[in-house]
This record gives sequence, C-alpha cells and structure tokens, in this order.
Amino acid sequence: MEFVSPEGLRLDGRRPMEMRQLRAKIGAVDKAHGSAYFEMGNTKVIAAVYGPREVQNRSQQLNDQALVRCEYTMANFSTGDRRRKPKGDRRSTEISLVIRQTMEACIMTHLMPRSQIDIFVQVLQADGGTRSACINAATLALADAGIPMHDLVTSCSAGYLNSTPLLDLNYVEDSAGGPDVTVGILPKSTKVTLLQMDSKLPMDIFENVMQLATEGCKAVANYIREVLLEKTKERQKFHGV
Amino acid sequence: MRDIESLRLNQTQKLRFEKALEQLDFLSAAANSNACVAVADTILVDHQDGLLKGHGTTDFDGELVATVCGVVERVNKLVYVRTLRARYKPETGDIIVGRVIEVAPKRWRLEINFTQDAVLMLSSITTGEDIQRRQTADDELNMRSIFVENDVVCAEVRGVQHDGSLHLQARSQKYGKLERGQLLTVPPYLVKRRKQHYHYLEQLGIDLILGCNGFIWVGEHIDTKDDMVEDQVAKSEQQNENPGDNFSKETYTSVEIRQNICRAANAVRVLCALGFNITADVIIETVKLSNSVDIHEMLGPEFYVLVAESEVERRRSSKRI
Repeated sequence: MEFVSPEGLRLDGRRPMEMRQLRAKIGAVDKAHGSAYFEMGNTKVIAAVYGPREVQNRSQQLNDQALVRCEYTMANFSTGDRRRKPKGDRRSTEISLVIRQTMEACIMTHLMPRSQIDIFVQVLQADGGTRSACINAATLALADAGIPMHDLVTSCSAGYLNSTPLLDLNYVEDSAGGPDVTVGILPKSTKVTLLQMDSKLPMDIFENVMQLATEGCKAVANYIREVLLEKTKERQKFHGV
Repeated sequence: MRDIESLRLNQTQKLRFEKALEQLDFLSAAANSNACVAVADTILVDHQDGLLKGHGTTDFDGELVATVCGVVERVNKLVYVRTLRARYKPETGDIIVGRVIEVAPKRWRLEINFTQDAVLMLSSITTGEDIQRRQTADDELNMRSIFVENDVVCAEVRGVQHDGSLHLQARSQKYGKLERGQLLTVPPYLVKRRKQHYHYLEQLGIDLILGCNGFIWVGEHIDTKDDMVEDQVAKSEQQNENPGDNFSKETYTSVEIRQNICRAANAVRVLCALGFNITADVIIETVKLSNSVDIHEMLGPEFYVLVAESEVERRRSSKRI
C-alpha cells in the first residue's frame, strides 16, 4: 500500500514531517484535583489526577516518597468496531505501566512522602498514538493539580513507511505493521524517559526516526507550556493580588 | 466547581462578561505583568547576591527553574513560586474545617484536603465538661458520642509530629462539631490567612467559617459562650428546663435561616467558579447583590456576570484609595 504519494503527501494529507493538530484544555473533570483534555488530530483523551492523598492500601505506603498509580482505559466507543473489552486486558495493563513509569520519572515524589497520586486516563477516540496522547494529557493534568515536577514530560511517535520517516502516525499508518517508535522526553534536559519500538529498523535509520520523534516531542512541549501559562495567567487575573 | 464555559451566556451577557474581563486585565496588569510561570520555566534572578531557593523551585544547570505553575514571589533574597490550585499546605495555628473519615483508638482521622489525613487526638479536644481531667478508657469507648464518621468538624492545626503526621487540636468551645449547614470545598488559594476566620453574619443570622484548607462552612448561628466566663448558675438553670422543648429548639431551623444559608452558599459557589478571592465581606456583598434574584437563579448566567461586574467595581474603588 502507498502511504506517501509521489507528491509527498500522506493518506490524511499531511507532509511526512508534519504533526496532527494539537488541542488541549485544562479542567475537564470537576471533582478531580487536576484534569485535562488532549487531542492529537482524531485521537482524543481525557486525564484526571487525584492526590497527593492518603494511601488507600497501607501496605503499599512508602515512607520516603509518594506512590504513583495509573489506570489507562479505552472507552467502548473509542474504536471503529464497538467492542466490550475486559478492564484488565494485557494491552491496557502494559500502557498503564508505561505511563506510570514515565510520569514517575518527572514527579518530585520525595516531596510528598506517605501519600499517593492517582492518574486516570481514558481514551475517548482512538486514532493511533494513544499512548503519546495519554502521556501528554497526564502531564497537563499533573501540572494543573499543582504537583511539583522536574519537567513537563511530552511524548510523540514516529514511523518509517515507504522508506520515509513519518511523524505522528495515525491509525491507518500504525496498523500497516511498519516500525513505530514512541518517544517520551524531558524537553528541558532532552533526556529520554520512554522509548518503545515495534518491529525492526537499521541503526542509522532508527536515529533519523528518533530524531524526528524528539522534534515532535519538543513541539508538543511548547504547545503544552503555552496552554499552562495561559491558564495560570487567567487564574491569577481573576484572583487579583 | 462549575466551569464558566458551561454557562450559557446570551449575546449581551457575553459582551458584558468580556468587558468585565478586560477591565480585570487592565487592573491587574500594572501589579504583575509577567510574574506567572509554568512548570520548567526559568526564573530570572540576579546571581550576584546570595539567593534562597524557596518552594516550587529547583536548580537546573545553574538556573533557577520552576517546578509548579504559579506566580513568582520575591521576599528579600528568597525566591519562591506561589501555586494557584494546589492542595492545602498546613501551618501551625491555621483554622480548618474537616470531615471525620475514621474513628480510631484514641483519635479521629480527618480529611482536610492535605496529602495525608489529619489526626485529632481524644486528648486534644475539650469536651463539654467543666473540669479538666485525664481521658480514661471510658472516654475512649464513648468517642462516637462526640464525633462519628462523616461529621464535619472545625479545629486548629497543632503541628506536624516527628513521624510526619499532622495533628489537630480543638481546645475551645468555638471548635468542634458543625451542624445544620452546608460544607463547600473551594481551592485553598482563594482563602487567605487572616486574624478572623469565624464570622457571624448578623443580618442573615448565619455563621461562616472560612477554613484555611478551602473548606467553607455556612451554617445556622449558634451562640458559643466563652468558656472562660461560663456562668455555673445559668448552666444549671438551663438543664432544669423542659428537655423536650429544648430538643425541638435544637433540631429545627427556620425556613428564613435555611434560605439565607443557601444564598450564602451559592454566593461562595459563584465566587469559586469565577476564581475570585473569598472573604466574609465579599460574600456579604454578593448576598446583598442577590436580593433581587431567586436563590436558584444565583447559579444562572446573569448572576455570574453581575458578580464579575461588582468585583471589577470593588477592585477599582480599592485602587483609587
């Protein structure tokens, strides 16, 4: 199948190095301590953060740092075929773990000993790159909850199809079976906190693809920062001096 | 609570609201134009003289970097980021309102919007008794007659213990169980620490407790006698009165008072949704403003716009002085 036309356009009309449209909104869940809604093209996710709060299961309590928990779910209506998936299936457990580890790397957990932070992310519409979108939404929600973090973790995926590196794969490109690299970085220090790849890639091409994904992450970081700053300014404006 | 975007403002209301926002913008512009930071933003500082890194900041490659979203505050050499919308950070002596979630041996556990549950020891409250004495095993068995789960309690922060747990105390008649009213939760940054957190709104006949942790209590006014000058004779006389009569008096709240409670509570809800500072004066003003509308209409779009406009007016007048 042809994923990049001779004119250099992808199936959804993007250029190979072009991202999908980003949209973010802070404060999507009323009762949560922090929440956010994030869109990457047609992938739409919602994240809610509760905590830091008292540890529910005493045996899990850590005396020197906070316990971070994460739950990833996909809404039944999020995919093309409406299917009832069991809650604890392997895919979502794995993604929960990935998101948890990524977020744990940036939260300053030592500042909140003997407490727990719960992150809930739900995919409302899946169109490829759900784990990236979930990580971005979770970052926003954590920042909204006022949880101290080293940096804003952002994530983006990239792939290699028709011997062209492609940024931010959508569902059709994702399910082509080609290599799919998901990268999560701390933009300030350009440290990699997440790196996943399906199938194989030669070393030199991999570097190109990863570089592309990293650039994508930085673009997302800029956008997220703007959204946060705008919200903070708005709150400060209402609050007065 | 409610989002402003979910309000269905009509065209005129939208225009009025936008105008109010513009004026707020204008009024706050002079004070702090670019003091706001997001996570991982660099804070500009002079490195020449000594620098104290405060809360919400960290060192990264010799730069001072924010770890939370908020407003940069500078006090002499100290630089810190004041967060908007974060969980409550207790300080000794704060007056707080909390909800009992567990009755444990010799203590109650309270939810107070902190990273952990707070502890209220049986030995750090005053019961209604006249004499002070040690708490016995009997008292421990009778703990449920004082507070049970889901009771709303007002107390003072005693301090953080060596093991990191937060202890509370309620050693006065003014602290203790709160009944016949509403509990509202707002982000703690909207409530400022002040000398006075208890307010008796006489014209409405209600009590208002602005907990530093963002829990706000609006309830029927209860006369608390100062426990220092408690009159023994008067107390014994009170007890001789008809107990049945006393009972009905204690459980009945008049319709008027209940409406006033709802008005004050709705005022807090509106102020919280708009993110304005919450003080007793502002609440009284908002309640006065609401006299022209029904209680349920206070949560409608028109009243939001009215409150925003009056806030603009208030800030403008305070600026002139």
